[in-house]
Amino acid sequence: MTATHAKATLPRKVLTFAGLGLILLYCLAPFYWMAVSAFRRPSDQFELTALPAPFSLDNLTAVFSPGVGFGRSLLNSLVVAGTTTVLTLIIGVSAAYALARLHFRFKNAVAALIIATSMFPGISLLVPLLALFTDIGWINTYQSMIVPSLSFALPLAVWNLTAFFRQMPEELEQAAMIDGCTRGQAFRKVILPLAAPGIFTTAIITFIAAWNEFIIALSMVNDSTMQTATVAISRFTGAYGFDQPFGTQMAAGVIVTVPLVVVVLLFQRRIIAGLTAGGVK
Amino acid sequence: MTAVARRARGATSGAGRLAAALLSPTFVVLGLVVGYPLVAALRESVFREGTDLDESGFVVEGSRFVGVDNYTAIFAGESAVRFWNAFGNTTLFTVITVALEVVIGVAMALVMHHAIRWRGIVRASILVPWAVPTAVSALLWRWIFQADGVANSIIGQQILWTTEGWQAKFAVILADVWKTAPFVGLLVLAGLQIIPNDVYEAARVDGASPWRQFWRITLPLVKPALLVAVLFRVLDALRMFDLPFVLIGSRKESVETLSMVAFDEASSLRFGPAAAYATILFVYVAVTALVFVRLLGADVIGAARERARK
Repeated sequence: MTATHAKATLPRKVLTFAGLGLILLYCLAPFYWMAVSAFRRPSDQFELTALPAPFSLDNLTAVFSPGVGFGRSLLNSLVVAGTTTVLTLIIGVSAAYALARLHFRFKNAVAALIIATSMFPGISLLVPLLALFTDIGWINTYQSMIVPSLSFALPLAVWNLTAFFRQMPEELEQAAMIDGCTRGQAFRKVILPLAAPGIFTTAIITFIAAWNEFIIALSMVNDSTMQTATVAISRFTGAYGFDQPFGTQMAAGVIVTVPLVVVVLLFQRRIIAGLTAGGVK
Repeated sequence: MTAVARRARGATSGAGRLAAALLSPTFVVLGLVVGYPLVAALRESVFREGTDLDESGFVVEGSRFVGVDNYTAIFAGESAVRFWNAFGNTTLFTVITVALEVVIGVAMALVMHHAIRWRGIVRASILVPWAVPTAVSALLWRWIFQADGVANSIIGQQILWTTEGWQAKFAVILADVWKTAPFVGLLVLAGLQIIPNDVYEAARVDGASPWRQFWRITLPLVKPALLVAVLFRVLDALRMFDLPFVLIGSRKESVETLSMVAFDEASSLRFGPAAAYATILFVYVAVTALVFVRLLGADVIGAARERARK
């Protein structure tokens, strides 16, 4: 299949370009539709034109109207996803280093166990945690969302970081240790700074996973001032009660997604390396 | 001391102790947020909440030990219908979405692998569906599938996509495939990139057609990467919740998955039955993973390590 590029014939080139066009259309068309619908006037909401005419910011202003409290939801999402990411990195970085560098018994079993935990269905963990948090009065708190989020974020981060640490030449620490560093110093002063890009990428992937989380936030919070953005959007109610306010929802969807998309586009090469090394969502 | 000597020392019990120290924070946290809930769910699933009459007619309140009653209740009467329906939906969604994602993902990977120009922009755009939160993508598809929405306008039909019936299943499958097929494509592309070009040169010299090259070279060599992707997708699809919940709604027979039944029970504060459903789902996921690894030999750890090394 893979022709050496110099030999690529014209029909094959055309076919490849058509394929690329299809992929672009496939990935971007639904997203484009969300953006277009967000920028229509509420009165033209059901128009099917490819561009909003006239262009309007009414839906966007509706998202941030005082009654909706969406600003607060965004802040909640930021706190929950941010704290989850920071905790995950602090806890996970040492485990990843051990898995990448040290030789010890049961290493494969340990690695398998960590990756296996990220595959457990969220609801199996949530039901008992919900009962527990109800008992200890944690419902409607940040920690009730952060703690369960660690269950999927931590294995994901450990897995990604392990892959990054493995890519770094072992001679680096050996050189540092010959120069008189302990293993701990070699890790802090040599490995950690050099692994910064990998840690940063892991932070982005973890943050996106935590930001997109839905079922935990849905279960643990019933107070609308504590809900995260993903839950808030799904619960928007229209001015007339039963009409779903799609325009506002699409605008909120754009607000929630665009920062992620921008980050993803800026760091796409790194993120793809991280995702494919970890092999996990 | 030489580096070699240090390295040799690294493989002794000292390394074991250091590894234990470095790994313990992760294991403590995972023990609390994963280990404890799994055990607690098992314990909770043999209790039942609420007011009830005991054998001698006295009113008892709070949670009572009921043994396997929560489980037997699931397989009897009305709940059996609900359970098997949810089980069927979960399985159907998993099989169909993963099959479609593999076909579309492999096709995408092949196209991207051949592209010289535009590759960067396409690889970036492929991350967009992945970055959109599932709940938001569910709303987006709900909007697209409105009665007077863009989907009906394109196909010139008047289908009520988000109402009960086969069309709701179709909408869920389509939305799920949209979001995750590109991700499968990325993993397969990573697998394609490590196949050396000489193999294809040799095949061409021997006169193998592109079709034959695909089946005899590309697919076998990309199989490890593909199997890992499929395993992760299968396990992820089995716990599907956000998408049908937001796109169609809760308590909708056509799209209700096992996660949704467990969630519904838990939100009605019936923790015992909810825990029983959750435990059954956990067993289903675990058995699937085991069977997958055994039958297809998906060496998850090994494959990931291989790729990490390159």
